[in-house]
Order: sequence, then C-alpha cells, then structure tokens
Amino acid sequence: MSHAESSLLKFITCGSVDDGKSTLIGHILYDSKMLYADQEQALLLDSQVGSRNGAIDYSLLLDGLMAEREQGITIDVAYRYFNTDRRSFIVADTPGHEEYTRNMAVGAAFADLAIILLDATQGVLVQTRRHARICALMGIKHFVFAVNKIDLAGYDQRRFLDISEDIEQLSKGLGLENTLIIPVSATEGDNVTQRSANMPWYDGPTLLEHLETVDISGDVIEQGFYMPVQRVSRPDHSFRGFQGQIEAGKVEVGETITILPSGETAIVKSLYVGDTKVERAIAGQPVTIQLDREVDVSRGCVLTRDAGLQTATTLSATLLWMDEQQLVPGKEYWIKVGTKLLPAIVTEIHHKVDVNNGELLPATSAVKNELVSCDIVVAEPLVVDEFQSHKTMGGLILIDRVTHATAACGVIVSISDQNDDSVLLVDGEVKLQVNLFDSFLFDPAVNMILRQKHPAATYTKGDALPLQSEQCGYPADFDVLANDAGFANVRGGIFTGFGARDPQWPLLDVNGLEVGTGSSGDFGKYRNILVR
Amino acid sequence: MSLTHLDKLEAEAIYIFREVAAECERPVMLYSIGKDSSVMLHLAMKAFYPEKPPFPLLQIDTSWKFREMIEFRDRRAKELGVELIVHRNEAAIAEGINPFDHGAAYTDIMKTQALKEALTKYQFTAAFGGGRRDEEKSRAKERIFSFRNEQHTWDPKNQRPEMWKLYNTRIHKGESMRVFPISNWTEKDIWQYIQREKIEIVPLYFAAERPVVHRDGNIIMVDDSRMRLLPGETPEMKKVRFRTLGCYPLTGGVESDADTLDEVIAETLSATTSERTSRVIDKEAAGSMERRKREGYF
Repeated sequence: MSHAESSLLKFITCGSVDDGKSTLIGHILYDSKMLYADQEQALLLDSQVGSRNGAIDYSLLLDGLMAEREQGITIDVAYRYFNTDRRSFIVADTPGHEEYTRNMAVGAAFADLAIILLDATQGVLVQTRRHARICALMGIKHFVFAVNKIDLAGYDQRRFLDISEDIEQLSKGLGLENTLIIPVSATEGDNVTQRSANMPWYDGPTLLEHLETVDISGDVIEQGFYMPVQRVSRPDHSFRGFQGQIEAGKVEVGETITILPSGETAIVKSLYVGDTKVERAIAGQPVTIQLDREVDVSRGCVLTRDAGLQTATTLSATLLWMDEQQLVPGKEYWIKVGTKLLPAIVTEIHHKVDVNNGELLPATSAVKNELVSCDIVVAEPLVVDEFQSHKTMGGLILIDRVTHATAACGVIVSISDQNDDSVLLVDGEVKLQVNLFDSFLFDPAVNMILRQKHPAATYTKGDALPLQSEQCGYPADFDVLANDAGFANVRGGIFTGFGARDPQWPLLDVNGLEVGTGSSGDFGKYRNILVR
Repeated sequence: MSLTHLDKLEAEAIYIFREVAAECERPVMLYSIGKDSSVMLHLAMKAFYPEKPPFPLLQIDTSWKFREMIEFRDRRAKELGVELIVHRNEAAIAEGINPFDHGAAYTDIMKTQALKEALTKYQFTAAFGGGRRDEEKSRAKERIFSFRNEQHTWDPKNQRPEMWKLYNTRIHKGESMRVFPISNWTEKDIWQYIQREKIEIVPLYFAAERPVVHRDGNIIMVDDSRMRLLPGETPEMKKVRFRTLGCYPLTGGVESDADTLDEVIAETLSATTSERTSRVIDKEAAGSMERRKREGYF
C-alpha cells in the first residue's frame, strides 16, 4: 500500500431500493481488499443470519442502522472509505426511496460525482429522474449512470443502447455535463472493478477505472478570490486576524481586497495557513488574514477580490423543503449563507417543481421533499451570488426559529434587488438601491410589524428626497454607505451624488439604520417584518 | 499546486473547529489521550493560531487508564498551554466499580455516565469528539454535527440534514451538539498525518518490553498492582504495542517489534484486523455501538 498522499474523490451512489447500490459499493470494497478480516467475518456471519442462503450479501457492509437491517432498506446516508494506489475515496451511500429524498440531498451536497444506478430490466424510471435532478440541483458536475443487473438482461447490447438513449435525453433535459454510461452487474462483478468478458461490445472503462481517473479539478474554477469570515481572532491588542477558508482563487500579501457588505478596502498585511506564515494561499486552504488598517469586519463578512459577488436583501431561490412542518410564507426563519446567519422570510412562492419530472405546478406552500421556486427577503444586506457562479455564496439553509430544525436547503437562482420595484439613487453610471423610505406599521391583528415597501422610484443627482412622511423622518443631512461607490451624500434634503464621507453628519446603511452604533448587527433580533 | 487528500481533510476539520468556536456558546474538546485525540489537539492548535483554542479539554478518567497516558496528558496540556478538565465518576469509584467485576456496566458507569455528568456539570453546549466514520457501522451514519437532546441521546432516524458546509448549530437550553471534526478520516489518514506533522503520541503505541498476561485471546498489560491475576496467570515480559488506548485491563495489545513510527505505520496498514477488535467492549452483538450511542456514549 502506498504511503504517498493522493487526491480525494467524494462520490454518491443513488438508486432505488432494489437497484443494488449497497451491493455495488460492497463489491468494490470487497474487491479492493479494503475489508479487514474481522469485518469480513462479521459480514459472513450476518449473511448467515439473513435470509439469502449463505451467499455473501455485500449490501450488509453498508446498511448500518438496526432499523435498516430489519427493514432491508437504507434510510440514511452511510459514508464509506477506501483507497487504491491512485486515489482516496469517500462514498456516500444514500437511500433511494422518495420518502428519504432529503437524506439523498445530504449525500449529494457532499459529493463531486454521482453514480446513479438503474436496473437494466427496467430502464429509466421515475426515481432515476428524481435522483439526477436532486444531484444536479446540489451542484454535482460529474455523473455515471451504472446500468446494473445487465446479467439479468442477458448482457444484451441492444437493451443497453435503448436505455442509453433514454439517459442521454434525461441528461440533456437537466443540462448535465460529463456523463458516462456503464453496463454492470453488482452481484456478478461485471465491469465493477474488472472488465467483463460477457460484454465484448462495451469498450469503455470499468466503474473503478473511471472513478480512479476522472478529473474533477476543473469543477472549482470560480471567478476571483473570496473568503467568508468565520471568526475574528484577537489573542492580544497587537493582532487582529480574520479566519476562514478560501473558497476560490488565491490571495497574496500586499494585495488589495474588498470587505463585503461594507465595500471598504484594505491591503493584506500578513497571511497564515493554519499556523504557518505564508506569502500566498489558494482555494481550499484555511487561512488567517491580517489587514493593514482598522476596518469593520465580523463573522459573516466576506473578503474578496474581483469575484463580482453581490449584496442583496431579496433573492430568488429553489428550495428543497426538508422539515415535517410545511413552509409558511411570511413566517420568519433563519437563513444561513456562507458564515452569515440572518432572519429571513419567504415572501412569494412562484411554483412547485415536480421532483420526478420537472413539471412546474402552482403552489402556495411546500411539504417535506418538495422543490419550490420562491423569493426570500432577508433582514439586512447579505453577500450572495448565484449558486452556479459562486457555490458557497449561493447555497443556503433555512432554520426553523422555534424548533431549530433545518427546514430547507436551497440554491440561489437569481438576485432580484435591481428590479423594477426598487428605489434607486442614480449618479451618472452609479446606482444604489436603498430601502430608506419603507414604512413600518405595527399590526395588532397579527402581532407583527409589517413593512410596506415604498413604490418604485429613481432619484438622480439633484433631486429632493421624501425624507419626511407619516412613517419616517430623516435629518436633512446624512451619508449612506454605498458599497463600491463610497457614500451617497444627502445635503439639505437633496441627493447631491456619490462622494466622500463627511463625519459631521450621520451615516446610514441602505436600510436606513445608523452605522457604527452597533444596532445594525442586532437588526432582526427584535422584530418581525412582513413585506406586503 | 493542488491540495492533497490530507490537506483537504485538515481544512475540513479546521473549518469545523472554527464554526463551533464562532457559533456555540460553551464548547469543550473531549480528550481521550489516544492518537486520534493527539491529531484533534494538533488541528485545534492550528485552527486558532496564534490564539490558543478558545475551549478547554475534558478527559473522562475512569481511574483505570494506563499510567503512561496520564503522564502524557498532563505534560502535553502544560506544554501547549491549554486548559484541561479531568472528570471522574467519584461516586462510582468510591463504590469500587471496576472492570473486573462489573463488565459492560463498568463502561456505562465510568464512561457514558461520567461523560454526561461532566457535560451537565459544566453546561457545555458543544463537545468535540474524535469519532471517525470508518470505525464502525453506526458511526458511518452519524452527522458531523450530531444533535443530542437533554438526556444526551442520539436519534439516528431523525438527524438534521447537513448541507455543504452550512452546519446548523442552533439548540435550546439543555440540548447539545457532539461535533466530529475528523469524521471523514480513516485510520490510514490519521497515521499519515501524524507522520507528516510529526505529532507526538503516547509511547504505548510503540513496541517495548512490557509485563503482560494472556487472557481470552487478548494480551493484557499488568500496569499496576490493582490488576487481578487469575489462577495460573503470571506476568511475563513481552515486546508489545497497543493499537488503541483505553483502560488497561480492557485493552488488548499485539506482539510487535515496531518501535518507530515508520514501522508502526507499515504494520498497521498491512494488518487484516480493524483496530476496534482490540477494544474488548466492541465484541458484542451487532448494533451494540448504536445502542450505546443512543444512550449518550460518544
């Protein structure tokens, strides 16, 4: 066994109850001689107590929970580890039944590659489509369709080609790249780790060969550099470092980076990977970054350069609902994106997506294992991006504020802040969306403070602003934090354009909260807002 | 330049340590003194550098650990400047609960009960453990952030979905999290990492002449005078080492000449028995670990 460090491939296996996925992985482990003798003994023993006539039941290697053994099915994700001379592998074996779709999604979120099993005697079924859809949604870029039980289909090439055609159509519909179709028999071992003599017509790689050689390094090319801040390290007054993992790109000492959502910039003064001082760090590394000046950075901020990340309070997302309790539009949840946790509400459900066939259906709510497309409004500007551009800024979970259950996971599809119904300050090419003029009303009927959005409006340089109304009263002079553009200056009730900060006047954020008083971080803790 | 599998596992563990430190109110790290704990401590030192880990270590002392383990524990805590809490089930020790007379109940009382007692006493809301998914089937199914109710029990059928790196650490008063930063490491990864990072481990992992007796197919070390010898047993000096460490009367050693790290690794990685076979408590019916975990064991 080699001692050299190798690359790592995380993959998921999906299939329905009888497709034999546990058997397939059990077989790979067995053939790769990754079984220790006592596990092997336990397996043989278990097989004898089981009902399958003393033949080795490879699936018993994977079904770990007592309830699973009793029912002969897989309920939750099981992780297994093995390595060959070429690579280290982590397998997430996931349940196939629709009732456990959320558990399958857990495995999919973990993996770089999906093996989707089909039964050659049955072809592409509704669950095949469901599994492929969930894997694609969770960001998997590499797919292997293993057409299993090909022995029971008489190793028939015609049958395989028919199924392949259906798979190719499915891949096209979901926009899957990098797909490979392999005819296998998990129980007999054909094309699992050894090329099958029964199918001379198949000239592609065996399953294990493909897993050993597939190149996943091209998956993570995201634009620019970004690092969500996990924590601020302050061992003493002389050191203040921002700790997190670089999600994309690289960073070097001396480079100028931007802090989001504030938009302030600073230069990297020193850099550590773990406990080692370095000049340069790359994607995937855990770092501590010291900056050259005092800037307002806390957990949930993102350090970035040239990534094109956005700051928004309204997002459109596709959610996979996971909780027993159904989705309630207007109810406040916590949203977690990157390292930021904020109050959020689902304001509008556009439609439900049939998890099996992709059909769009009308919906006003969602129950466990359903996919919905919806809008989410968060309590303060959140650093985000579309999931397909920057995975870590586009993946989210919703947490129930009462039960603390993880209610949903989702991916950001678009960021809808710059839409038609927003209030914009415009100075030449520079635009800033503000929520300064929204009204807040306490409604005793629902015991909540409701937010009434101000009608869409655009104020250009030189326009007077509606600073006084029934629900709001602003001073005549103040500055508004504008991310990249510096500050929006309001003087004598007039928007005078984007310019420098004048410290004699108050500084507000785009939601109208005074910055620097500490209130902004607490916003959302003390009130419920419903957008009407 | 790209990251190797060890770099990725290290980064994942450091990320988890930092998330807990940032989001959980009162974290603690369970420190069992074994090699996995040595790796955990090393990762924690790296994760927070130049700070010290912002949480204490907690060792559940059954009073029957190898003497060398206790010496190692105290010395390392001092050298690294980390806070160490040692907790014992004093009532049970006073009652004379011991591994010779009390069998399976001993493990429950001295480990599981003592652990729950300590977590409750110090009001810890999150406890890091060194469990790995490759060790045992029920562990293979456990999340990295494993939710525990007020009784510290695990409900395997109702685990929180864990998506990407978005860990949900929210709990109510009295509830807690067990967190396993090295969930995805294998025994091989642990040894390779110890070698790469030159991590110090208890000398019991290396072969040396030690006084032992053979009992029920295990080689048990006679570590002090409390060891009860059965009729016909006489301690003899043998060159042995240990693959796992625990209470000396319950930990089987193996005969070996491997007294360097390279030799230990070579021997370990070519072995055909998994490491848990030397833990006497695991040799029960299939599912015993799951039952213990549900009752609050790590």
